[in-house]
Amino acid sequence: MIEQDWIWGFAGGLMIGVAAALFLLVNGRIMGASGLIGGLVDRSGKANAAERIAFLAGLVIVPAILMLAFFPGLGTNITGNWAAIVAAGLLVGIGTRLANGCTSGHGVCGISRFSLRGIVATVFYLLAGGVSVVLFKHLLGVI
Amino acid sequence: MRNVFAFLSGGLFGAGLLISGMTNTEKVQGWLDVFGDWDPTLAFVLGGAILPMAIAWRFATGRARSVLGTNLPEKPNPRLGHNLVVGSVLFGMGWGLVGLCPGPAIASLSYGGVGGLVFLVSMLAGMLAAPPIRVQIDRMAAA
Repeated sequence: MIEQDWIWGFAGGLMIGVAAALFLLVNGRIMGASGLIGGLVDRSGKANAAERIAFLAGLVIVPAILMLAFFPGLGTNITGNWAAIVAAGLLVGIGTRLANGCTSGHGVCGISRFSLRGIVATVFYLLAGGVSVVLFKHLLGVI
Repeated sequence: MRNVFAFLSGGLFGAGLLISGMTNTEKVQGWLDVFGDWDPTLAFVLGGAILPMAIAWRFATGRARSVLGTNLPEKPNPRLGHNLVVGSVLFGMGWGLVGLCPGPAIASLSYGGVGGLVFLVSMLAGMLAAPPIRVQIDRMAAA
């Protein structure tokens, strides 16, 4: 399975990169998921709210159509531990806004322009992600 | 036109997240499990995404405006700061705990079930809570 996974991962990654390239060159915007939705939540991005909503609409609708067409009944395999879900959601929301970016903004858009902030953020969230899996999966066994 | 291309970028981003496996929380946790049974697929997703984006940044340098005439993003901010590190660590902990980062959390809205919805609402609540938390952290860092 891992042999196939990396091909799908790379193909999907290329699509993510082309989406980010399109958003940059055509719209002049950085494709950062946490910033695009976060600016709507705290109203800091109300000047270009329509563009943000259009992006988010595409982000929800296209996977919905693909799932219906090709993988009906499949989900995200999310944990059933509600406390973990709420805690993780809060951590992701607070953390990405404090850091001003997530996997797409810092990881994809930042590293590709050799931004020091993007590289440092990515190193820290990948390390923390690895530690988190060790802690909650292997040590505490909650996930 | 900006909204049309924003929708297309968002849709392609969502399709890429789905195909790469980024919305499958079990896979993502395996990709982050560097101290356990590590699956390196995440490197292919990130690498695949960075490739087209690096080319896009080369096109963007030296130009002031996007295809649609909007301003292109400014040069990356070189300042690192404590919020970048603290935020990235919190984000990584949450990402590892449940396996969702902001883009996939939004992309899986239609097939993520109640668990995905609770995660998304918690993430938005965290984003709303971030600005006052940032003020607190800045105060502590200044003291």
